[in-house]
Amino acid sequence: MEEEVPLSFLNIFKTDSTKRVALSAGHVVPDPARCVQCGICTYNCPIGIDVRAHAWDGEAIKHSECLTCGECVARCPRGVLRFERTDLFTGGAR
Amino acid sequence: MRYVIIGSGVAGMAAIEAIRSSGKAGEIVMIGDDPHGFYSRPGLAYFLTGELHDKALFPRTQDDYQRLHFKYQKGRVTRILPTEMAIELDGKTRLSYDKLLIAVGAQAMPLTIPGARLEGVIKLDHLDDARHILKFAKRGKTAVVVGGGITALELVEGLLARGVKVHYLLRGDRYWGNVLDLYESRIVERRLQEEGVALHFHTELAEILGKGHVQEIRLKDGRTMRCDMVAYAIGIKPRIELAHAAGLAVDRGILTNEYLQTTNENIFAAGDVAQVYDPSIGRSVIDSLWHLARDQGHTAGLNMAGERQAYVRNTPFNVTRLAGLTTTIIGSVGHGHDDDIVGIARGDSETWRQLPDAIVAQTGFDVNRVRLMVGEKTLLGAVVMGDQTISAPLQKIIRNKMDITPMREKLLARDAKIADVVVDFWTNHKMN
Repeated sequence: MEEEVPLSFLNIFKTDSTKRVALSAGHVVPDPARCVQCGICTYNCPIGIDVRAHAWDGEAIKHSECLTCGECVARCPRGVLRFERTDLFTGGAR
Repeated sequence: MRYVIIGSGVAGMAAIEAIRSSGKAGEIVMIGDDPHGFYSRPGLAYFLTGELHDKALFPRTQDDYQRLHFKYQKGRVTRILPTEMAIELDGKTRLSYDKLLIAVGAQAMPLTIPGARLEGVIKLDHLDDARHILKFAKRGKTAVVVGGGITALELVEGLLARGVKVHYLLRGDRYWGNVLDLYESRIVERRLQEEGVALHFHTELAEILGKGHVQEIRLKDGRTMRCDMVAYAIGIKPRIELAHAAGLAVDRGILTNEYLQTTNENIFAAGDVAQVYDPSIGRSVIDSLWHLARDQGHTAGLNMAGERQAYVRNTPFNVTRLAGLTTTIIGSVGHGHDDDIVGIARGDSETWRQLPDAIVAQTGFDVNRVRLMVGEKTLLGAVVMGDQTISAPLQKIIRNKMDITPMREKLLARDAKIADVVVDFWTNHKMN
């Protein structure tokens, strides 16, 4: 049994089990009010998703190729991005 | 219909989006004197530290611009002619407008001491400034930084990241005293010292010396120090000259009503240059905050397009990194005067510096610290350093002026774990 660990950008990398939870059932969500469009997120995305554009629009990164690897979440200097768990059955965040 | 926007920052960009979102088909012309157009000026700090390439600072592609269907013209507006409803470009050509937005921002307050024009005296205002800094900022060089607030610290950290030996001069007894409290200032100072920054308190620059380029500084007390560059960030000044010369009402910024309209009904102002009337407090304020500039530009754009929408000023709020520590500042948190900043600093709000009628509650240790300004029924402000878990709930609690009666007593209890109290309050609120 994997222990449920609350998801936040501070503890998301602490355990492999947490990471697997994020990988399977989470996506990255921005807080546009914190964002200054510096582009560190987009710059560091390993598969080239324009995370910054999502942050401008206030949209979750529901991109089919997003690995939820957490690079953008960890590197954002202003805490704009966070993981949010998705309820796989309803499709919404919970 | 022709909409003309002077300035290529976030307020202008948000205005263009708003005009288009209202379905208006008119012609839009943006005129900017920054040779690089629209890019993230707050992001310059991270370009300096080497966390991203300067090409990454540009949020928009040519496709984005084409979708918004506007013309970008590099140039300097030399006059606004309100009676003719036209602007003058580079002292020569004229361009007429139906609606005009002035969103030219603010610029760094100049250093006025002798020697301020020597090569190696640097500021951080534009992309060209940042590139210029990197030409000087070589390993083994020595820099002196003067000024307070966010930009001065960005200069310190940027130079440090490039291997420069940094001396940070503060006129007062601590860093950013009008926003941070003593403990918070000390946290930042200690972290800077651990990184090798030499802090000099009660120290004032009198003169910069050198033959053509910076070689030495002289302090007011007569001491001298050898250095290769002097970086300054002593505040910013809204660029009100155009508006003033055109006869629009100005104070420290261009005065607007809550519709972002200046004293001329066809001319609007938004962003760092605007001093906007806030009906909720009954006076006009300058916020030098990126997301509020975006909000203002958006509202101005809608009103230029013929809608009638009042600008509702969100609680001033900013997130920044101080000596590597993510720090969120919300609402009213500080007081009064800072010796190191003249007027307002970039990324700063006048509201932060009001003396709140509040009790201070604080918790945390060194790098995780929360300070709350507790009012009678609401929280008035907060500073969150380090762990940001509770900054999002606090943002909402303060912004929405939520009734904190259920947690007020717990917050003010001796040795209260206020972060836990806030989390409990927020969790209960979310559940109900």
